[in-house]
Amino acid sequence: MRITDSRGTTAVIGAVLGVGALITAFPFVWMVSGSVKPRSESVGHPPRILPREPTPQYFTQLFEEMDFGRYLVNTVAVVLISMTGVVLMAMAGYGFAKFRFRGRGPLFFLVLATMMVPVQVTMIPTYLLLDGVRLTDTLAGVALPGLVSGFSVFLFRQFISTVPTETIEAARIDGAGEVRVFWHIVLPLCRPIMAVQIILTFIGSWNSFLWPLIIATDQRYYTLSVGVSLLNRQIATNPSLQMAGATLMVVPVLIVFVVFQRSIVRGFTLSGLK
Amino acid sequence: MKPPIAPYAFIAPALLLLLAFGVLPVVVALLVSVTDLDLAGLADWANVGFVGLENYRELLADHGFWQALANTGIYAVFGVPAVVVASLAVALLLNRSENRFFRALRAFYFVPAVTAIVAVSLVWGYLYNTRFGLLNHLLSLVGLPPAQWLGDSVLVKFSVALVAVWRGTGLNIIIFLAALKGIPREYLEAAALDGASELRKITSIVLPLLRFAILFVTVTTVIAWLQLFDEPYVLTKGGPLGRSTSISLFLYQEGFAAGRFGYAGAGTLVLFLVIAGATLVQMRARRFDADH
Repeated sequence: MRITDSRGTTAVIGAVLGVGALITAFPFVWMVSGSVKPRSESVGHPPRILPREPTPQYFTQLFEEMDFGRYLVNTVAVVLISMTGVVLMAMAGYGFAKFRFRGRGPLFFLVLATMMVPVQVTMIPTYLLLDGVRLTDTLAGVALPGLVSGFSVFLFRQFISTVPTETIEAARIDGAGEVRVFWHIVLPLCRPIMAVQIILTFIGSWNSFLWPLIIATDQRYYTLSVGVSLLNRQIATNPSLQMAGATLMVVPVLIVFVVFQRSIVRGFTLSGLK
Repeated sequence: MKPPIAPYAFIAPALLLLLAFGVLPVVVALLVSVTDLDLAGLADWANVGFVGLENYRELLADHGFWQALANTGIYAVFGVPAVVVASLAVALLLNRSENRFFRALRAFYFVPAVTAIVAVSLVWGYLYNTRFGLLNHLLSLVGLPPAQWLGDSVLVKFSVALVAVWRGTGLNIIIFLAALKGIPREYLEAAALDGASELRKITSIVLPLLRFAILFVTVTTVIAWLQLFDEPYVLTKGGPLGRSTSISLFLYQEGFAAGRFGYAGAGTLVLFLVIAGATLVQMRARRFDADH
């Protein structure tokens, strides 16, 4: 009796959660469906969930009449530049985890201290600094401020601390240089945390909005996020075009999320328990 | 014998970047905030003058600043409890079973956390649209008059906050689920043997054991809401008449749209103090709570 009772409760909870999940995910359904509706349908009355005559014309318009091809290339470039940051953070994590050197404590404290500064405080000075070295309106300028995060250095250090030092020493005794030890011994051992960092870096740099908005004033250096935010001016006229832009931005991340859900959840859990 | 230069070579690139973009900007912000640096000053440093605490004085007399600060407070006061309660409730329900259906459902709740806010804000803007938005259509179906989701000076705060709540729950659900996994099964089984109801188990065992996770989620959520930017930027640009401006959006507009870097720099440091203060108060409250 009790068991059927508890099963019944679980079924009810499952149903409630199912409805909640559909509502949570609904804006994405509306976005994708809106992106292939002809304009007459997307502003039509009554609104329909599925398009009656789906058309890819707004995606074509984004690429042919607007500059979304360039924005896409810029975004991919920013993501790739950001990936070099992962290697730099792994290097720093290794340096802090496996070496004893003068100033290690204070320097590591400095790394942790940077985590406490909110982006609003750094936004204006960083703009001024990048302007001072002529890096505004460059893709490097868009990627640089977010290239390294104190928290990720901390995560790498924690992870590498658990790698047995004997493995590293053995390679040194065999005559391997420091670079070789790092590249061929340490990095391969870091694979789990590297995977998490690479995926989170992809999502973070693909989605990043505030820096590209501030640093890129010339349209040639816009990323997708800035391009999509400019579609806002189209609100009165063409929601289909807006939904096509939003879809272009969201769908790659959705695919990455579905494929790598485990790593992403692990990464968020790690970053959640700092 | 290790070459002593190796560790410095390994940490140097990351450390230099952190110094350049994490530490130096704080110093620059302090310096800039006591000057009248603007676009003219940016073009020629000779146009920059020292103004002392004038920016801070002007800030405290600026109606727009107080309005943005008040809006941000309202966002945080309603948004933070909504996010914490909603994500805790969903996590508790999701934790009920480990079967395939429940595991598959998780993805739906997580996904708003990883998608670009700019893009989803556009989607919400479309849903909120007064002429052809879906939400007003749904209202009309149940016989209600259309709502000015983003045009009404009170409702607009709710509409902007709703998007931020929708986006903010996913990450916290993940954190709560991880914390729930850490609760030993034996505790719950022992309570069940003693005849404790589901509700009793949650209030007497689960919630007390989640205290640290709840504190953590609350503190990080408060920080995130005090920095709210993307949603009001894309949905309303702060309108109508500044009714949905957040403090971050106000500082961005002063700094980059109006080019008043010194003035906005002073504002960012005030924001920093507000965030640090709010965080300290919460940590204190938690310690007080633990002592008594």
